[in-house]
Amino acid sequence: MEAYGGQGRMPAYLRDHHDKVVGRWAELVVTGVRGRISPDEVRHELEDLYSLLLRVMTQQDEHAMGELRAALDELSRSRARNGFTPSETALGVFSVKDAVYELVADVTELTSEYLAFSRMVDDLGLRTFETYSAAREQIIADQSVSMLELSTPVVRLWDGIVAVPLVGTLDSARTQLVMEKLLETLVSTGSEQAVIDITGVPTVDTEVAQHLLKTVNAARLLGAHCTICGIRPQVAQTIVALGIEFGDIATKATLADALAYALTNAGLKVVPA
Amino acid sequence: MERVPIIKIGRTLFVSIQIDLEDETVVRLQEDLANELTATGASGVIIDITAVEIVDSFIGRMLTMIGSISRLFDAETVIVGMRPAVAITLTELGLSLRGVRTALNAEKGLALLNGIA
Repeated sequence: MEAYGGQGRMPAYLRDHHDKVVGRWAELVVTGVRGRISPDEVRHELEDLYSLLLRVMTQQDEHAMGELRAALDELSRSRARNGFTPSETALGVFSVKDAVYELVADVTELTSEYLAFSRMVDDLGLRTFETYSAAREQIIADQSVSMLELSTPVVRLWDGIVAVPLVGTLDSARTQLVMEKLLETLVSTGSEQAVIDITGVPTVDTEVAQHLLKTVNAARLLGAHCTICGIRPQVAQTIVALGIEFGDIATKATLADALAYALTNAGLKVVPA
Repeated sequence: MERVPIIKIGRTLFVSIQIDLEDETVVRLQEDLANELTATGASGVIIDITAVEIVDSFIGRMLTMIGSISRLFDAETVIVGMRPAVAITLTELGLSLRGVRTALNAEKGLALLNGIA
């Protein structure tokens, strides 16, 4: 990033007109964010940025640039989290140029310094954009992790019977997670019957079938019995067309059938009250 | 070389593996178990592997082999207390322990054997 190298009159000039610049800057930003942040809050943020900007320009201390970057990073991250668009975020920085330009337009001896100032602000604006996209990517990564966790619950249907309702596409990573969670639950609850419900799985190909078979086999090694249920008509056709063999693994049409089967296996009987 | 003790409870032989399984230990266990089955005429074998954290294909095959040997003496083998990670490893290795029964814990394993007998 290019540092502002001018030792000229501009820093002093900007400091003298502090209130005017910040006021105009805040005005521009508030218009840009369309009332999603209160004017007071915007002004408060910009006051901080502006004083850091001035410290960088006067080159009083070497920490100023670092602090300014940190403050900008913080600002763009919070914008990213609150759902602002990239342009809204970057414009928040760029509009300081407008505010300053309106002030120095009539003062000819400041024009060359304004160019250097403008270049510095451009760099800072680009930085907010980079931080913004990094923050967004982080959010997306966090969301996919929590989706993975949310989408694989293991529920207890009965004493000794657990079920895994699978919803969405099954890939290797998810199946691994499902397998681990199911096996852990079987061991920790001492359940001997497991029901895997695939009603919510839109497609079953050889890979998904392979994953399911592995899960069933691993459960069998623990001493638990797995039932697969909720195979949809189209899925059943695909399975047969692909020549996938479920072998001696019990498959039932609905979760209710599977529960009834698991209850029988567990030596239980449902009778009318 | 460490040895795995074999305990006779009623008509069942109980083997609890508490040490890291080395190939030699497993081979020795196989021999001991065969001798014990001949001597006692037990009708069931329970192998508790709760403490086993690491398995390889050799040990996986040995467990199946123990099951086949026991069958020759008309005894049923139940492997109990397998850890989820071990089960996943065995599945990934393509071993499904055919001919061996499994149960979640020793109690359920014993119930399984009593149900058969």
